[in-house]
Amino acid sequence: MTTTAELLKGAAELFPDEVVTQAHVRHLDLPKGAGRFALITLDNGLDHTKPTTFGPQSLAHLNVAIDQVEKEAADGGIVGVGITGKPFIFAVGADLKGVELLKRHEDALAIGKGGHDVFTRLSGLAVPTFAYYNGAAMGGGVEVGLHCSYRTVSKALPAFSLPEVFLGLVPGWGGCVLLPNLIGPDRAVSVIIENSLNQNKQLKGEQVFDLGIADALFEGADFLEQSLIWTASVLTGETEVARPELDRGAAWDEAVARGKAVADGKVHGAAPAAYRALDIIAAAKNAGSAREGFDTETLFALENVALADLIMGGELRSGLYAFHLVQKRAKRPAGAPDKALARPVTKVGVVGAGLMASQLALLFARRLEVPVVLTDIDQARIDKGVEYVHGEIDKLLLKGRVNQDKANRLKGLVTGHLDKAAAFGDADFVIEAVFEEMGVKQQVFAEVEAVVPEHAILATNTSSLSVTEMASKLKNPERVVGFHFFNPVAILPLLEIVRAEKTDDASLATAFAVAKSLKKTAVLVKDAPAFVVNRILTRFMGEIQNVIDEGTSVAVAEKAVEPLGLPMSPLVLLELVGPAIGLHVSETLHGAFPERFTVSPNLKAVVDAGKRGFYVYSAENGFKPELDPEVAALLQQGDAVLTEEQVRDRVLDAVAQEIGLMLDEGVVAEAQDIDLCLITGAGWPFHLGGITPYLDRAGVSERVTGKKFLAPGLASVPA
Amino acid sequence: MPRTARDVVFVDGVRTPFGKAGPKGIYHETRADDLVVKCIRELLRRNPDLDPAKIDEVALAATTQIGDQGLTLGRTAGILAGLPQSVPGFSIDRMCAGAMTAVTSIAGGVSFGAYDIAVAGGVEHMGRHPMGEGVDPNPRFVSEKLVDQSALFMGMTAENLHDRLPHLTKERADAYAVRSQEKAAKAYANGQIQADLVPVSVRRTNAEAGEIGWGLATADEPMRPGTTLENLAGLKTPFRPHGRVTAGNAAGLNDGATASLIAAEDVARELGLPVKMRLVDYAFAGVEPEVMGIGPVPATEKALAKAGLTIDDIGLFEINEAFAVQVLSLLDHYGIADDDPRVNQYGGAIAFGHPLASSGVRLMTQLARQFEEQPHVRYGITTMCVGFGMGGTVIWENPHWSGATNGHREGNK
Repeated sequence: MTTTAELLKGAAELFPDEVVTQAHVRHLDLPKGAGRFALITLDNGLDHTKPTTFGPQSLAHLNVAIDQVEKEAADGGIVGVGITGKPFIFAVGADLKGVELLKRHEDALAIGKGGHDVFTRLSGLAVPTFAYYNGAAMGGGVEVGLHCSYRTVSKALPAFSLPEVFLGLVPGWGGCVLLPNLIGPDRAVSVIIENSLNQNKQLKGEQVFDLGIADALFEGADFLEQSLIWTASVLTGETEVARPELDRGAAWDEAVARGKAVADGKVHGAAPAAYRALDIIAAAKNAGSAREGFDTETLFALENVALADLIMGGELRSGLYAFHLVQKRAKRPAGAPDKALARPVTKVGVVGAGLMASQLALLFARRLEVPVVLTDIDQARIDKGVEYVHGEIDKLLLKGRVNQDKANRLKGLVTGHLDKAAAFGDADFVIEAVFEEMGVKQQVFAEVEAVVPEHAILATNTSSLSVTEMASKLKNPERVVGFHFFNPVAILPLLEIVRAEKTDDASLATAFAVAKSLKKTAVLVKDAPAFVVNRILTRFMGEIQNVIDEGTSVAVAEKAVEPLGLPMSPLVLLELVGPAIGLHVSETLHGAFPERFTVSPNLKAVVDAGKRGFYVYSAENGFKPELDPEVAALLQQGDAVLTEEQVRDRVLDAVAQEIGLMLDEGVVAEAQDIDLCLITGAGWPFHLGGITPYLDRAGVSERVTGKKFLAPGLASVPA
Repeated sequence: MPRTARDVVFVDGVRTPFGKAGPKGIYHETRADDLVVKCIRELLRRNPDLDPAKIDEVALAATTQIGDQGLTLGRTAGILAGLPQSVPGFSIDRMCAGAMTAVTSIAGGVSFGAYDIAVAGGVEHMGRHPMGEGVDPNPRFVSEKLVDQSALFMGMTAENLHDRLPHLTKERADAYAVRSQEKAAKAYANGQIQADLVPVSVRRTNAEAGEIGWGLATADEPMRPGTTLENLAGLKTPFRPHGRVTAGNAAGLNDGATASLIAAEDVARELGLPVKMRLVDYAFAGVEPEVMGIGPVPATEKALAKAGLTIDDIGLFEINEAFAVQVLSLLDHYGIADDDPRVNQYGGAIAFGHPLASSGVRLMTQLARQFEEQPHVRYGITTMCVGFGMGGTVIWENPHWSGATNGHREGNK
């Protein structure tokens, strides 16, 4: 049998670049004369910007620390063992870089087993064990604490989660088994499944305590002192820790069923992690509490296998790929010029005072905190726009998102002016959000150019017009950039930054700098029709519309793409965008690429009939979408009825073809940018890595374009 | 409009365990402001009936007010301790008597009616801020012979005091120091010290200093129980060849913090807060800087005169032991025996340590506990010498006093 030490040594050889976490053992005298205590500090020797993680060598260090305290506990030298982290960080779990390097199922299994072997020793010590969650705790960090007898948590703890399901894993170092047995299955489902699938929602210290994960909550200022005093009071019997009786009957099954419903709602069965986690939570039902000596080995073995299967599967790699996209690539946009070239932006102009323009004004004022001036063709429109922004600021004030001083400041920043010269004479950045028509936009830019300073950037929020053409009649076309936001502007992170033919580096650098201040994810795109997100969405929607037009039922067409895990079905999305706008964009793209983009006669009929969507909603039906009988009557369908699978193939082939062409045209630097755009601009699923990992894995990209979009190892198990 | 001065009381006092300054000391990696923050929070925890919003002021002392002891510590530590933003604060400095001066300044404000209740304390992290850090003495001190050069070096001033009072020999100083260690060890054994300590979590990342990781400071680090005259006899005299002042008969270089609650007596009673000592009078006095250790003598004379008391009325003494000779000089002045049981019953700074600006409140906290234990005593003093030639003395009355006489003769001899 392989010892834990050997197991970890083997794993460590696969991962030579691990940032190693040490486990320091220090002894102290507890207050209240409670006795000698060993406190383990997890510390990777770096500051809080490099959080502590667990790789194989780190686990080996913890193992050695436990060797020491195990002996001391057995010899009666200590009355208890604690574990805590370096300042601001407890531990944030397994080192993902190491997980990505794993190529063999047996190695992945070793990682799962190694963690279990080390962590379970904590619960096997001859003395009680205490975890002090002093700072950020995630994944394996949370789990090491779950193996302890007691836990305290700091009120100042900013982030606590089991993010494994979010990434495509299961909490596999005890989380799936121990958490439901500590706080009950329903709460465990909330933490493991619901929070994870809800954009990796983090818990704060107080919530960790309220959920019952921690037995005591202390303020940050003297968290460790109070935790140790509390420890002393537990050990002396002064404090008794009550744990809830768990309902191991129907309530357990209901909780698991609720988790399944949550998972279905989010990933529609397309990502296995949540389901694997739920299987283990279900199995943990009859476990009893960890302290009652139940057969953890069998349950932990389930975790190990699930972990290894998932590590070797594509979904985890896709999740990690998406994680890297939004954490790393989003911060260093591919192709962006040297940021030193960026010019300061101390005043912003917005042409137009409609809804979009007003939303932009609010965003610029909030994030840049510089004056923002709106203009429009008459005072009434301007007043309405400014009033809208002020109203939104009042809402923020009411919600406590800004205080009165900040609200006053923001309101003071947003003004309107009928005279463009007065409004924009000292603006550094002017963005237009007027009607989507080339003539109008060219006219607006000409007027603006006449009054702005020489260095001012002219930006357009166009979603489909050529930025190059828009700039073509200006004296200084090099200052024009596309600056395409996604609705709702305040929520969706994506900003497509368009380089037109003559855009110079300084203007582009300024655009990227502004995007960063706006806290947007900027992606550089070429001046091509509809840029990235709208082009792919339109092709995707067009193909759905095509199969419906040809004869497939609306229900089958909609259901066919559920495995893609989109935030909403295609026709619900159409409703949100507005059928008229959808039609308009499809007409634009049809103009550019008539051979691939169609204009659906049925969609046109729906628009002409003044319908706002395909569905109606009623209370009797629980507000679920039902095909509007009036729309059904309008539909003219052919007789080519496809199965769900056939529809899915058609749609995915179309999407893969379009992406292949976009990459050939150089619309973006790499396929990664397509996925980054879809994740941050259209809410396409994180767990699938956007779309190209899925297309690669399902064999669609090779079928359609002859090759995969991504290099091996990028979003797949390395070769 | 005429106004009546209000009685001022010491409600409660706490301190951190004191540490040894330097790379191996327990607080080497702990910030000074954090030390005093933990004291303020402990005061609030110990006095749950006190609504923090009722605190009118936070006066904190530090000698070297830079870095983590700067930035108007009274204000910043208040915010860090979680006091409401409405509670103001300021920093204060009278070197070793910093915390004592924080208490007397606050007391003046309370008596005048400006404050009802306030926090007064001090901190000195002599490891992070060694004595003399950043000082820039005016050259006129030397050129015009305003003070002797030795005035800036406290050890030298203690040697000077031995010169002035040659009958206070090194042997007497060492014997006093041995007793201080014995008394401190005994007070620890009786639990008389720990009750007013707030534990402090301490981090260590340097393995040369000991086990690394997080630990907990629960006791004074400088203590040397079991010290004998023989141990002390051989120690170096760093301030003068063949001198008398050694590391054994002086306080060391230390890190630590203290804090107290000072209130108007009527307010404390109304809020249901403890009343541990009642302020009778206080005085500060200046002496020649080169013999600063004699400072407590004129300060005590002055305070007693103001209070209309004599030294015979004083039943308990808490004298800061910066140097044994400086304690002996005060006792000598009043004809009190070196081993008088009224003096420093729990031992003193020679054993516990002396983190300069924090020590004043340690004296008060210990006197308060002794008052409670000895209700037959009516009056006690806390007194200390101060750099650059000063002394400070505060006279306290025991609110637990039960007797008809001032008590010390019956009680202690």
